[in-house]
Amino acid sequence: MGMTITEKLLADHSGRERVVPGEIVNATLDLIICHEVTTPPAVAMLKKLGIHKVFDPSKILVTPDHFVPNKDIRSAELAKQLREWREEQGIERYYEVGNHGICHALAPEQGHVLPGQTIVCGDSHTTTMGALGTFATGIGSTDLAAALATGELWFKVPETMRIDLEGSLPFGVYSKDIILSIISKIGVDGARYMAMEYGGSGLPSLSMEARFTITNMAIEAGGKSGIMPADQVAQEYVKARTSDAFRIFESDADAHYASRHRIQVSALEPMVALPSLPSNGRFISELSPVKMDQVYIGSCTNGRIEDLRIAASILAGNKVAAGTRAIVVPATTEVWKLALKEGLLEIFADAGCVVSTATCGACLGGHMGVLGPGETCLSTTNRNFIGRMGSTKSLVYLASPATAAATAIAGVIADPRDYLPSSGHPVLAPTGTDDYLWGV
Amino acid sequence: MPEIPTKLRGRAHVYGRPHINTDEIIPARHLNVHDEAELARHAMEDIDEGFVARVRPGDILVAGEDFGCGSSREHAVWALRGAGVKVVIAQSFSRIFFRNAINNGFLAIECVGAAELASTGDDLEVDLERGLLLNHTRGAEARFVPLTDFAKELLAAGGLLPFVLAKRAKVVA
Ligand code: SF4
Repeated sequence: MGMTITEKLLADHSGRERVVPGEIVNATLDLIICHEVTTPPAVAMLKKLGIHKVFDPSKILVTPDHFVPNKDIRSAELAKQLREWREEQGIERYYEVGNHGICHALAPEQGHVLPGQTIVCGDSHTTTMGALGTFATGIGSTDLAAALATGELWFKVPETMRIDLEGSLPFGVYSKDIILSIISKIGVDGARYMAMEYGGSGLPSLSMEARFTITNMAIEAGGKSGIMPADQVAQEYVKARTSDAFRIFESDADAHYASRHRIQVSALEPMVALPSLPSNGRFISELSPVKMDQVYIGSCTNGRIEDLRIAASILAGNKVAAGTRAIVVPATTEVWKLALKEGLLEIFADAGCVVSTATCGACLGGHMGVLGPGETCLSTTNRNFIGRMGSTKSLVYLASPATAAATAIAGVIADPRDYLPSSGHPVLAPTGTDDYLWGV
Repeated sequence: MPEIPTKLRGRAHVYGRPHINTDEIIPARHLNVHDEAELARHAMEDIDEGFVARVRPGDILVAGEDFGCGSSREHAVWALRGAGVKVVIAQSFSRIFFRNAINNGFLAIECVGAAELASTGDDLEVDLERGLLLNHTRGAEARFVPLTDFAKELLAAGGLLPFVLAKRAKVVA
């Protein structure tokens, strides 16, 4: 019997011909990503054990992202520990505030993620990077410590759930709507312990940016990883960023899947996940226009340039509703700069949005838009758990950047199809010199 | 090297709802520290404000499906352990929480129906050798899924880091 991409990747990295789901393998790691929340505890564990050197500084990437620019004294201490540690270890791939970004968006954008790699990070949304044909999974600090010390980690080979995306996205519908609909179908633990592998006739038409949104939320279905074959689109994305060689793994036609699902993408509508689970998705036509105190556009799910272009195309020439606050948080410094060059920041500012530097910020109730008791927020992030963005008495709704922008204008949950310029999406043509990067 | 205890007895704290996530176990506003004693003061804060006042060393946390889903923060395990919880017994666990627990040498046991078998305050016993959860208050019992050999090895070593170091030492020796 054949193997899935995930099985092939794990077999390859553990020196085996083949592996089967359930087997425990010790796999070598190609990239370890570190941020300021989960890395300092890992470093402290290693120091306690007398381990003062990482296995290979060139395989590590470091950026502060959660609470930067430092939200308080304690966060400043964490960022300082991270900075000092990377200096001491001689880790060159470091993105200081000013070049920083949310790690899951930054690492691929800066050309550090190559098809065929194994990647870990002390953060559950590491699954994002599977969109480039990698095995990428989130771990805790102890695993991170072991990974940093040895360059290896044990993994139970996951079963694979195969999801085929068929057809193309209708007007006003985006990849966020695809993943919200999948999670609503299978539930927040529907893919527990599994690799969520994507394929189908609809995949080639999705941009890399759109794909990252889908693999980002694998963990919201309990998945161990999300993975897509590194096709033409993925290879072009990588080649535009690095000249490093990479390897492509593909699932065999006779690979075994734990289950198979097919999503008719063309039949989707914009979706909103109601509080307080990502699986509470509803088609927007089923919803009443609930009032929103805040709209949040950003995060590792939907803070990339394409997301901002879509939001800006709706907000251009409009105003955020009285009684609603809109906060836009580009996922990386590079996205922020591009948005500046393309005039998107001006559009947001004119519409009455606040635009922040890159940060996780309010996505996890950190800073830059934390919610008070009784407040409602429609957010492009990935989790709407109780208390996720602030008070346990606040309510978070999840949706695409288009739905968020429409909602900001209406002040109540609104259908982006009523606000999008009819010429389609994304409407704003990029300008400037860096455009090739996004292959629009 | 800590032995895996074969029997644990303690008072139950039961949270039967499915999908209790790590944001509820330890909210992100406390992630700017990783000191176990400090995290312990906020354990379960967003699901039960009274938990920290009630929990005593040796207590047993009983939960429903998919306990510990969401963020990968190991702070969730540290907060519970710091608060004195000896073992978490759940219908099922999210992947990262389970892995973090075992990596820390902290017991996480999957037991179907555990949450229905106990109420908060019940006198529970976990018999690891026999794979039995006993409720002495109700006189009820349930079988649980035995730990895998690999998990047992990790627990016996005291967690992942001692385990990895011991293996390395063997290779060097
Ligand atoms: S943006 Fe939100 S979900 Fe993404 S890494 Fe940051 S806190 Fe986690």
